[in-house]
Amino acid sequence: MADDPSQAVLSARGVAKRYGQAVALDGVSLDVRAGECVALVGESGSGKTTLLRCFNRMTEIDGGSVLVDGTDVASADPVELRRRVGYVPQDGGLMPHWTVLRNVSLVPWLRHDGEAPRRASEALEWVGLSPETFGGRWPRELSGGQRQRVAIARALAASPRIVLLDEPFGALDAITRAELQTSFDALRRRLGITALFVTHDLHEAALLADRVAVLRHGRIEQVATADELTAAPATEYVRDLLSRARMVAA
Amino acid sequence: MIRPSSPRPPSPELQEKGEHTSRVQASARRANARVGVREGGLRAVVAAISIAWPTLAATPIPAQQRQPSAASNPVVIASKPFGESYLLAEMFAQVLEARGIRVDRRMGLGATEIAFGALRTGAIDVYPEYTGTGLTAILHEEPKGDAGAVFGRVSREFEARWGVHWLPPLGFENTYAIAVRKETARRYNLRTLSDLARASPRLTAGLTPDFIGRPDGLPGLTKAYGLHPRAVRSLVQAVKYKALAEGAVDVVDGYSTDGMLAKYDLAVLEDDQRFFPPYQAAALVGPRLWREQPAAVAEIARLSGRLSVEQMRVLNRRVEVDGEPVGKVAGDALREMGLLRRSDAPRASAGRAATGEGSFTGYLWARRGELWRNTLRHLLLVLVSLVAAVAVAVPAGVALERARPAAAEAAIRGAGVLQTIPSIALLAFMIPLLGIGVIPALVALWLYSLYPILRNTYSGVRDAGPEATEAARALGMSPGQVLRHVRLPLAAPLIMAGIRTAAVITVGTATLAAFIGAGGLGDPIVAGLALTDTRMILSGAVPAALLALLVDAALALCERWVTPGGVR
Repeated sequence: MADDPSQAVLSARGVAKRYGQAVALDGVSLDVRAGECVALVGESGSGKTTLLRCFNRMTEIDGGSVLVDGTDVASADPVELRRRVGYVPQDGGLMPHWTVLRNVSLVPWLRHDGEAPRRASEALEWVGLSPETFGGRWPRELSGGQRQRVAIARALAASPRIVLLDEPFGALDAITRAELQTSFDALRRRLGITALFVTHDLHEAALLADRVAVLRHGRIEQVATADELTAAPATEYVRDLLSRARMVAA
Repeated sequence: MIRPSSPRPPSPELQEKGEHTSRVQASARRANARVGVREGGLRAVVAAISIAWPTLAATPIPAQQRQPSAASNPVVIASKPFGESYLLAEMFAQVLEARGIRVDRRMGLGATEIAFGALRTGAIDVYPEYTGTGLTAILHEEPKGDAGAVFGRVSREFEARWGVHWLPPLGFENTYAIAVRKETARRYNLRTLSDLARASPRLTAGLTPDFIGRPDGLPGLTKAYGLHPRAVRSLVQAVKYKALAEGAVDVVDGYSTDGMLAKYDLAVLEDDQRFFPPYQAAALVGPRLWREQPAAVAEIARLSGRLSVEQMRVLNRRVEVDGEPVGKVAGDALREMGLLRRSDAPRASAGRAATGEGSFTGYLWARRGELWRNTLRHLLLVLVSLVAAVAVAVPAGVALERARPAAAEAAIRGAGVLQTIPSIALLAFMIPLLGIGVIPALVALWLYSLYPILRNTYSGVRDAGPEATEAARALGMSPGQVLRHVRLPLAAPLIMAGIRTAAVITVGTATLAAFIGAGGLGDPIVAGLALTDTRMILSGAVPAALLALLVDAALALCERWVTPGGVR
């Protein structure tokens, strides 16, 4: 692997995690470079979400180490760490009792940023929602796509350098998903954000990610660009996965 | 010796040891002959006074001679929750008041366990009790022996165990009575229970469920007399006599002093084999009053031997059937006996307000002062216990959310078990610890309020917006911030629902506080049930129901207020 660990913003070294008897991660190593976007793909139970959550310590690992910005997260204050790393859950995870603007202000507010509302308005503009129109609405008054846009704005409002996304577009209809994928990709590149995201959709991975990591049974089968994966699948499993994806696409 | 001319027999000098002893010895012999008491002590003095009664009765105490009772404490007089007990307690109270002794009435205390528990622990000073009840329900002994033997037994045991004293019996027994229509008695020539046993295969019995079950009820009667009615119907007290009068049943169980016996003009059959234990009525006096206010004890003892069964039936009838105020009936009876002067009008608080004719609203209006006091007291009981329950159960529910789920469930089930304790049992249990009155009532209501609030807080906080809670953590809220800004606001509606449930339950349960003398809207309910006065029951039940609605509506507003926008 050509990765230079010194350049890595996110780094996993032989990470292991068990839930009782079940092995979720079995010695996983992965580096994500500054400004890079990496997709984690695999079937349900492959360990991709568990791996993602190691980077903001929402998963406490049993073995190996995880580094963010070169610092071992085990020695970091998890609350402080999470305020530095953006996060977008699959279902949006908006506070139903807070307005859109207050939701988006969350992280700047937690960081005692006096300009939290202004930053939130700005983040809403980034995701294509007018703060005047949407800022005062309740989450229940939004469509699924709008909710997901708000969740992305919330993750970016404090201008983090790193964002973790857990199947961010998984629950959306095809048209909305395509729209959001495009605008997220543009935004990420414009802001120069390092992103790690989980998806079970190889096409989405190919569209958004610089590199794709394929997980199976808590191990990484291959990490490569989408083109490399297609041209030279490292294992039988990767070959199968790709051929199934092609069939779905056709 | 006792000076028959003295208007105040056991005067303060009674407390001087020497004179006391000689007087006791002298009088004890006479007392024994009359009531079968062998031990000395003040009881004997009192017994002697009751013997010397006829002379004393002739000289009602002039007002200016009334002494402002040696003790400043008012005498706490209680009754159990049925008409005759109210009536007798009211007589005790008026006799004392007529002599200028202050009295505190705690009428309608729960049942034997509560009334006796309160007496034993000094929460009350005196209440009317029955020797048979003392023997079976308090001493848990087999009912056997004649009236004198039973009185002797309870006298000895109560004094030895608890320092509680039975004054000489009032003169009547209120035992079980088996009654038939006079016409039935004529047709089958019935005079005794043995006669009834003979005719029983042709008769239908209507008995209270309690009587059908208890060993000294139907089962024992069947064994003792060979009673085998054609059919046995289980009938509640309220309809029994009507069913008998209308011919639906031929035989009923009742109490020998029951006012209904007088009303329906029934034949009471003689217990010729002496199956029913003797239930002589007497004043039961607690240790404090006995020790500190012998003058008051002596005044109550003036009633000893003065009340016949026939008299009690008439008095009970006036209260239970005709709906006359207890205070008035008691006062009339005392005046008739010469224990109260004609001019001693019943105190306003002694008598229940006039029941008279008129609409229910008019009735409520006439009693508005009492109604208002009862409602305020009720509201106080509910609010204080509820606020205390919220102060404990909400933090506890939040704390349990952090505990292991198994431990949390165990703790909440523990609070749930409290809920299953019958309220009367819980109240009775608390008397030795807290006495009677407002404090034990508050503690009991507080305990009953815990469970719904605890359960809802725990579930609400645990299950509050799982996605939002997860996102809040992942975006850097500390556990405390997650609780304060996400879990609690989202759980608020469920927590409020728990508080509303607890509040409505508490408004209802607080009516039982009357059983331990805490007052509130339960007072007219308990008294009305005891006196078979429907309007009196309703004057407590209707405001209680309205109060439940009102409290619930007020809390609904609170719920709206604490429910965050966006989740309404």
